[in-house]
Amino acid sequence: MSFHILAEAKKIAKITLAGELDSLSAREFQREIEKVAAEGPDELVLFVENLTFISSAGLRVLIFAKQKIGTNLAIYIVQPQENIVDTLEKTGLQHSVNIVDKYM
Amino acid sequence: MEDSRIDYYPTHELNGIKFRRGHVLPFGASMVSNGVNFSVYSSAATSCTLVLFDRGEARPFAEIPFPDEFRIGNVYAMIVFDLDYERLEYGYRMDGPFNPAAGYRFDKTKILSDPYAKVIGGRDTWLAKPNWDDIYPYRSRLAFEDFDWEGDHPLETPAEDLIIYEMHVRGFTRHPSSGVKNPGTFSAIKSKISYLKGLGINCIELLPVYEFDEWEHSRESPVTGETLVNYWGYSTVNFFSPKAGYAATGKFGMQVDELKTLIKELHKNGIEVILDVVFNHTAEGDHRGHTISFRGIDNKTYYMLTPEGYYFNFSGTGNTLNCNHPVVRNMVLDCLRYWASEYHIDGFRFDLAAILGRDMDGRPLSNPPLLESLAFDPILAKCKLIAEAWDAGGLYQVGSFPAYGRWAEWNGKYRDNVRKFLKSDAGEVGPMAQRIMGSPDLYYHRGPAASINFICCHDGFTLYDMFAYNEKHNEANGENNNDGANDNNSWNCGWEGETDDPNINWLRHKQVKNALTILMVSQGIPMILMGDEVGRTQKGNNNTYCQDNELNWLDWSLLDKNADLYTYSQRIIRFRHLHPVLRSPKHFQHWDYVGSGFPDISFHGTKAWRCDWSTSSRAFAFMLCGYHAKQGAVTDNMVYVAMNMYWETLHFQLPELPDNLKWHLFANTDMPTPEDIFDPGREPQLEDQQNFLVGARSVVVLVGKPV
Repeated sequence: MSFHILAEAKKIAKITLAGELDSLSAREFQREIEKVAAEGPDELVLFVENLTFISSAGLRVLIFAKQKIGTNLAIYIVQPQENIVDTLEKTGLQHSVNIVDKYM
Repeated sequence: MEDSRIDYYPTHELNGIKFRRGHVLPFGASMVSNGVNFSVYSSAATSCTLVLFDRGEARPFAEIPFPDEFRIGNVYAMIVFDLDYERLEYGYRMDGPFNPAAGYRFDKTKILSDPYAKVIGGRDTWLAKPNWDDIYPYRSRLAFEDFDWEGDHPLETPAEDLIIYEMHVRGFTRHPSSGVKNPGTFSAIKSKISYLKGLGINCIELLPVYEFDEWEHSRESPVTGETLVNYWGYSTVNFFSPKAGYAATGKFGMQVDELKTLIKELHKNGIEVILDVVFNHTAEGDHRGHTISFRGIDNKTYYMLTPEGYYFNFSGTGNTLNCNHPVVRNMVLDCLRYWASEYHIDGFRFDLAAILGRDMDGRPLSNPPLLESLAFDPILAKCKLIAEAWDAGGLYQVGSFPAYGRWAEWNGKYRDNVRKFLKSDAGEVGPMAQRIMGSPDLYYHRGPAASINFICCHDGFTLYDMFAYNEKHNEANGENNNDGANDNNSWNCGWEGETDDPNINWLRHKQVKNALTILMVSQGIPMILMGDEVGRTQKGNNNTYCQDNELNWLDWSLLDKNADLYTYSQRIIRFRHLHPVLRSPKHFQHWDYVGSGFPDISFHGTKAWRCDWSTSSRAFAFMLCGYHAKQGAVTDNMVYVAMNMYWETLHFQLPELPDNLKWHLFANTDMPTPEDIFDPGREPQLEDQQNFLVGARSVVVLVGKPV
């Protein structure tokens, strides 16, 4: 498995992503999102310090999270590597998420 | 749950791949629950096989022949389960007769792209060296269609209010001086939106962004040794797929998202997007060309063929798409509907559109069904439709293109008359009067917005080169300077090419300003070529289709070097936006229908109210009555424009204004910067309200407004 998920489905859901978020791991990521969605969190916090690549299917899961949980969901992308920020910007997703260095 | 429905259960299995009968519509590959629906048609294939690859792999992981019961009519349809949407690449093998004389070129050894593919893999990064031995070089892929458009919507700007900027995606930012991340991409255009807004244009028209192969006909330049490529991209590999090599994320297969993001941002900034679409031919060339898709799937349907089975060549590029065949017509319609709905495209400019009005044997039709279908299509109803109303087969339809009240045209006569007038040719005042009015002689029943006014476009000289070269200099294209047009109507101002002579350089800048002014005060829709606002040069090359270098890349340092031109462009564009009298939705009536005391338009000469229409005349003026702006719906200032293309200074007597209005000077191209053009709205009042001295080869714009 190329990444790890630690989910705490409270009002704040926290997930750690590492490695490559490609089409295969995106499916697993999506299943985790479905689980946390059931709890109706206000915030989804993704710790991505060690995430090296996000594919189109990976981006889709972020869109899916918004659709599934609701547009009021605040998504935090914590400590992304530069190429991840780049991908989010070029595909227009940077407006839908909060890119932060640290989640308080 | 959708995926528990019985119709999505696999019924067949081959080597572990599960599949079942598919849906015949929509054509192409669509994601369904836990699977992909494939649908493709061929009128004469005897069998079809679906070929599946994992991304980038040399060999397919599966080949599934369509069982005959999966075929309905001429359509093969199948759902395959458990495929990885992101990594899948697919194609088809079609079996059938190989009999070129009869129009059939089936070859089951070839793997064919899906004509309805939404993404094509294989040329993911611009000019990255391809694997020439790939058994399947242009690979069909799937596209996710869940882009978050938020509140975006095509802008539907009234046509007469548009100012179009014709742009090459790569050329706009590829030059090192652009200072952007990922130069030459959709993403880079996004980072230059503030420049476009600052210039004032409200529409960009992109040279082809459909997937094409930049390596097509690539060769070495005999002059420079550089690799010459298919730079412009007028050679389509697939009509539904955006060019991956134009996306910084193309190597990750995210070009769809990147282009949509660009369009969304442009729309947020009030800028429309028009695509230059090439439905007249494909990249498969003539009988010696490659088999990529159409030729192997349904040659006889997709191409116009001679009775001997060769390709008609009305496009000048080897083949001609059989656009008025009912099946091809539907593909074109499906394609444009897809771009309008999925990409929020605001309009389309049809390359060599006269071909779209030819029948299956190449004869011009009086009522071409394709053009009619496009004009009346409900999904395209608000899209701008623009024709390049000629083709390489000699059909020239400027003014007579079948328009159905919807189509606008690239007005080639506007270009020719303005160019001749600017180089002081005799006999151009009469035609010029028509051109500045929106060419009612050509478009009387269609309104001024039927006329896309342009002086330069990608095809030909840049505006600066128009006044720096008498002759084309296309040696770098490696065709012994035989390519490109010879009727440029250009004038080098006294020296061929670059010079240190300040007088010549001054005159060239003045001529560029003259041209931009005429363009912006003409009724119709003005179109500027990328870089003309800063004096971009192609060093006299008027056919830079193959040059991926500084001949085509916009040099951003020109903004400083030719700051006078940039400021002039900005202000003349702003002037057009501020004055609705310049943007009439209907043609002038030449009388005073609002009771202002002035006709909507009047023509003048060195004497007010007397225009010299004689052949020897090279100067005239016109006045627009602001009370007639938008047919009297709004009130604007009076606008007076004097154009003197005679080689000596002329005194122009000004038309007398009502007592409450005075003439103010907006632009005088004969003056050095910054006296050449004023901030719109802050024009100084003229001391002499009766006469104005218009310099040789100069244009003057006055505004009649209250003091």
